[in-house]
Amino acid sequence: MAVSDARISLPDSGTSTPQVDAASAAPAAGSGTRPMIEFNSITKRYLENQPAVENLSMTIDKGAITVFVGPSGCGKTTSLRMINRMVEPTSGTITVDGKDVSTIPAASLRRSMGYVMQSAGLLPHRTVTDNVATVLRLNKVPRAQARHRAEELLDVVGLSARMGKRYPSQLSGGQQQRVGVARALAADPPVLLMDEPFSAVDPVVRAELQQELLRLQRDLAKTIVFVTHDIDEATVLGDKVAVFATGGRLAQYAAAEEILRAPVDDFVANFVGRDRGFRHLAFSTADSVPIHPVRTATESERGQRSAQQSRPPSDAAGWVLAVDDAHRPLGWISPADGSALLPGGSLFHEGQTLRRALDAVLSSPAGLGVAVDDAGSVTGVVKAPEVLAAIENARRQREGGL
Amino acid sequence: MAWLVANFSEVLSLAGLHLYQSVVPLLISVLIAVPLAQLARMNKTLRGLLLSAGSILYTVPSLALFVILPVILGTRILDMANVMVALVIYAVALLLRSTLDALESVDDGIRQAAVAMGYKPFMRFLTVDLPLSVPVLFAGLRVVSVSNISLVSVGALLGIGSLGSLFTDGLKRDFVTEIVIGIIGTLLLALLMDAFLVLAQRLLTPWLRNDGGLTKATAESNSDDEPAVVSA
Ligand SMILES: Nc1ncnc2c1ncn2[C@@H]1O[C@H](COP(=O)(O)OP(=O)(O)OP(=O)(O)O)[C@@H](O)[C@H]1O
Ligand SMILES: [Mg+2]
Repeated sequence: MAVSDARISLPDSGTSTPQVDAASAAPAAGSGTRPMIEFNSITKRYLENQPAVENLSMTIDKGAITVFVGPSGCGKTTSLRMINRMVEPTSGTITVDGKDVSTIPAASLRRSMGYVMQSAGLLPHRTVTDNVATVLRLNKVPRAQARHRAEELLDVVGLSARMGKRYPSQLSGGQQQRVGVARALAADPPVLLMDEPFSAVDPVVRAELQQELLRLQRDLAKTIVFVTHDIDEATVLGDKVAVFATGGRLAQYAAAEEILRAPVDDFVANFVGRDRGFRHLAFSTADSVPIHPVRTATESERGQRSAQQSRPPSDAAGWVLAVDDAHRPLGWISPADGSALLPGGSLFHEGQTLRRALDAVLSSPAGLGVAVDDAGSVTGVVKAPEVLAAIENARRQREGGL
Repeated sequence: MAWLVANFSEVLSLAGLHLYQSVVPLLISVLIAVPLAQLARMNKTLRGLLLSAGSILYTVPSLALFVILPVILGTRILDMANVMVALVIYAVALLLRSTLDALESVDDGIRQAAVAMGYKPFMRFLTVDLPLSVPVLFAGLRVVSVSNISLVSVGALLGIGSLGSLFTDGLKRDFVTEIVIGIIGTLLLALLMDAFLVLAQRLLTPWLRNDGGLTKATAESNSDDEPAVVSA
């Protein structure tokens, strides 16, 4: 489903997906990356004999999004919180930018990292602006300057300055999470820690927030550690994905594409789920799928059409795509009932992935996936057999290329 | 009525004394109970100890305390300080429990968010925990305020001036009007204090005030911040 938010003039969040989820996976794992956070043999035991995290060693790349994913209770939050010392490890060391975190005073370490949590993270007794300004104020930035910066940040995360005067309880869940992100960014920290930041909002808002995080990340290039238990979210956001197994064992740590394509063991395979084959389509572009012309009708043309009901359909399928004056899709008109407008399926933005192409085809009542350009105008349709052929082609290339 | 008119300034100054003897201990007890409650929160043993001490102290009869305190404090029995010290003891005993509840009413997620942002413990307590516990804290304060105002009257038995003096004097002279005025005056004072506390709480918790704003905000958010879903 394509989501757009015109007010903050995103390029178009839907269109930008493939560049991120397809292209970023391989290069991130390449040699151009530098380590930012290192776990060295980290073990954490809350209780004597059950480790929450066991002998964890991993390197988190600078300027990339690393996702911790895994079932509930597997130690994701614990691992994340050891980075900013909200939890102290039982043994082992963590370094950030080469420095052992245990040597940095906890409060100043935390102020050098943004932290976003699932919910309840905003201070209910402070206005939105003051919430965003919190860390700046803790860093002794003068009030007026901190507020000014906070208002800029509200704009960055797509909230109007008017919202700044409200209290958190007066915002929707999605807006609160945006404020949470703005607050984490306020002091411009090099590291962002995010613990299931989008899991309490509905799927549409979640998808929108994910795209905006990717958009922000393109400009900011922070080192982001993102915790989720949603494998879809992990593969959309993660340059690299760390799959944790119960007991704090790191089961697989690789690019998202690789996790879906080649899970190392049954645990990972089960965790990424039955749909992993389908999800993996998000890593192949649909450039080879041909786009066919489609019959369209604007509102005025539709008026004429119903006036002369008896005109026979000119192409085989007989479906007509209703469009507005800017040639943006409105819905389908079935050959059987020429007057009703059937709601359309998801849109396939040109340049997007096979996953989007397949979904556009499957969700369309006409069996034709509507392709649109950056402006959202219809450019044609993609057809199911050709999408499937492209999928098979991509698979064969992968097998051959390995 | 005629009696009240004739003695109005006298009654007013007794009311003033009464208010003074109940408000000052209230303020002092808050200053004592809040840090004690926070200490109790941090240490399980201390918590049990303080809570039992509180309930035991509260059962000591007030008159007994008024009589014993001068011996302990070295003050004269007619000293107003006796009453006030006794009231502080009762108020702390009462407030400890409710302050503890108040501090525990703060959402742990919010507290953790404050920690994650880099608040040091003392700053966090002062600027996050304390303001957020105001609603529950004030519920406790309102109880203590009423309790204080009624206890101050007992001091009149020892001859310490307050609206209670109107009961003792009225009883001595078998003059009902004076007793009734004493009772009504005490009630009015209690109501006045309560109204003041309600007002103060409202002023201290502006974020809880906009019930109307909440619905408005939600309605607006639908129109300008939810994503537009484009599909065909
Ligand atoms: N403060 C604590 N005291 C004792 N045990 C704890 C504490 N915090 C976490 N644990 C235990 O450590 C293990 C890992 O917890 P953690 O919160 O890191 O899991 P998680 O992966 O974040 O789970 P979820 O997806 O449910 O958030 C769990 O078994 C949990 O019960
Ligand atoms: Mg967790």
